[in-house]
Amino acid sequence: MFLKDYIKEVYGAVKSLVVGMRRTGYYFTHHKEIITEQYPDNRDTLKLADRFKGEVVMPHNENNEHRCTGCTACELACPNGTIKVITRFDITPEGKKKKAIDKLVYHLELCTMCNLCVTACPSDAIKMAQTFEHSVYDRNKLTKILNNPGSKIMEGVE
Amino acid sequence: MVEELGKTTEGDLVINVGPQHPATHGVLHLVITLNGETIKNVEPHLGYIHRSIEKMSESLTYRQFIYVTSRMDYLSAHINNHACALCVEKGLQVEVPERAQVIRVIMDELTRIASHELWWGAMAMDLGALTPFFYAFRERETINEIMEETCGARLTMNYMVPGGVLQDLHPDFQRKVKEFIQLYKRKIHEYDELVTGNIIFQNRMKGVGYLSPEDAISYGCSGPVTRGSGVSSDIRKRYPYEIYDKLEFDEILETGCDSFARYLVRIREMEQSVRIIEQLIDNIPEGDFQAKTKAVLKLPKGEFYQRVETARGELGVYIVSEGGTTPYRIKYRSPGFSNLSVLNKIATGSKLGDLVAMMGTLDLVIPDIDR
Repeated sequence: MFLKDYIKEVYGAVKSLVVGMRRTGYYFTHHKEIITEQYPDNRDTLKLADRFKGEVVMPHNENNEHRCTGCTACELACPNGTIKVITRFDITPEGKKKKAIDKLVYHLELCTMCNLCVTACPSDAIKMAQTFEHSVYDRNKLTKILNNPGSKIMEGVE
Repeated sequence: MVEELGKTTEGDLVINVGPQHPATHGVLHLVITLNGETIKNVEPHLGYIHRSIEKMSESLTYRQFIYVTSRMDYLSAHINNHACALCVEKGLQVEVPERAQVIRVIMDELTRIASHELWWGAMAMDLGALTPFFYAFRERETINEIMEETCGARLTMNYMVPGGVLQDLHPDFQRKVKEFIQLYKRKIHEYDELVTGNIIFQNRMKGVGYLSPEDAISYGCSGPVTRGSGVSSDIRKRYPYEIYDKLEFDEILETGCDSFARYLVRIREMEQSVRIIEQLIDNIPEGDFQAKTKAVLKLPKGEFYQRVETARGELGVYIVSEGGTTPYRIKYRSPGFSNLSVLNKIATGSKLGDLVAMMGTLDLVIPDIDR
């Protein structure tokens, strides 16, 4: 009886190892299914998802106009103090004062890509870009000014 | 260090594992007292990755504090966010649209599968098998891609907001999830062939790390650790939230009480998660993905508590509100902390070589323990 159990145990052990090795052997001979990506080499063809949260950008149109009204909703929504909106008052042709952004300072080094600023913006002025290679040698370079120099607000955006 | 040395008798050896050690899955420091190769005492030292998330949450508004919780148990970030969103909704008395509830549950279960798959790979690696890690990451990668497409991030999504979810589902979501289910069903038998049935693996797991049901309860364990000891503790069944009470799934219970039982619970839990997703993926109701909430959220004065079942166990979120825009106090009851505390109990008396295997079955995520 003891011998029978012993042989049974050895048989089961050898069988379990063979089953495992067969699976390994299958993938050794069938290496068609490649799921890894050769990252730095495939930079040209690499396409990230449309919603991928890489960094906050402010789109401008061809006339160097943006949609930001300077309402500071993004600044209030941000959990880390990543965004600072610096506003100024422009004089309109009618002689009235109008609030406009001077600089929209964005600290990429503080940003956690939580997307709260984008959802908080009432005029769709900012969005998430799909860039992800952010490393630089100087951390000052990570502090960005999102509006282009000399840009102004688009007509009709309130 | 000094007090540990005080407890030792002559001939004992005190060694430090960690805080930087690949087997501890993070910055965990274990002070182990050995007699020969037999463990006499294991004392975990915490605090190496403490980021004071609870204190930080007090200065953030009810919309903002949710993102921080993704950094606690980063492998089930969705479920952490879900717990916070549910707790805030409880205070606001907001009715979440049905579509948002279904999306949340699907995302939770996908996260659970991803988390258990990473655990399976890491578990095998703890025992010295390197290849299963790559098999596990093959399926996990598919889930990460689904997450990236819909939520915009692979690990720290910040997708749950009070009142629903941040964005609507991606048009490809249903197709991708169905593809994943097909892939999962085609590949899951490989897990059993490679690891579960393996004789070396079984010899190192069976009868090791015995945790009696009484100890599991008295140490406050939760999740697969208790269910491996035959104690029913699934929050989804016991205290159903969202639409879990309408879904058909089994609570997995194993009565082995050893490392192998805890292993089996997690493997079979993945199948139940797939079962839940299969029920929901074709029946996502139309409608809003987010309830209408005020621009500035204010919770009424009082205390609110919500618990959910993460991949590791019971996560509780306790908010004390003074009626303002920020919480007065937030307390997280994390599953990892209680599960780690049982390590000394199950490891005492066994050999040093089995310690890492036992830690693996507890499925520890160190940032979840320290917070």
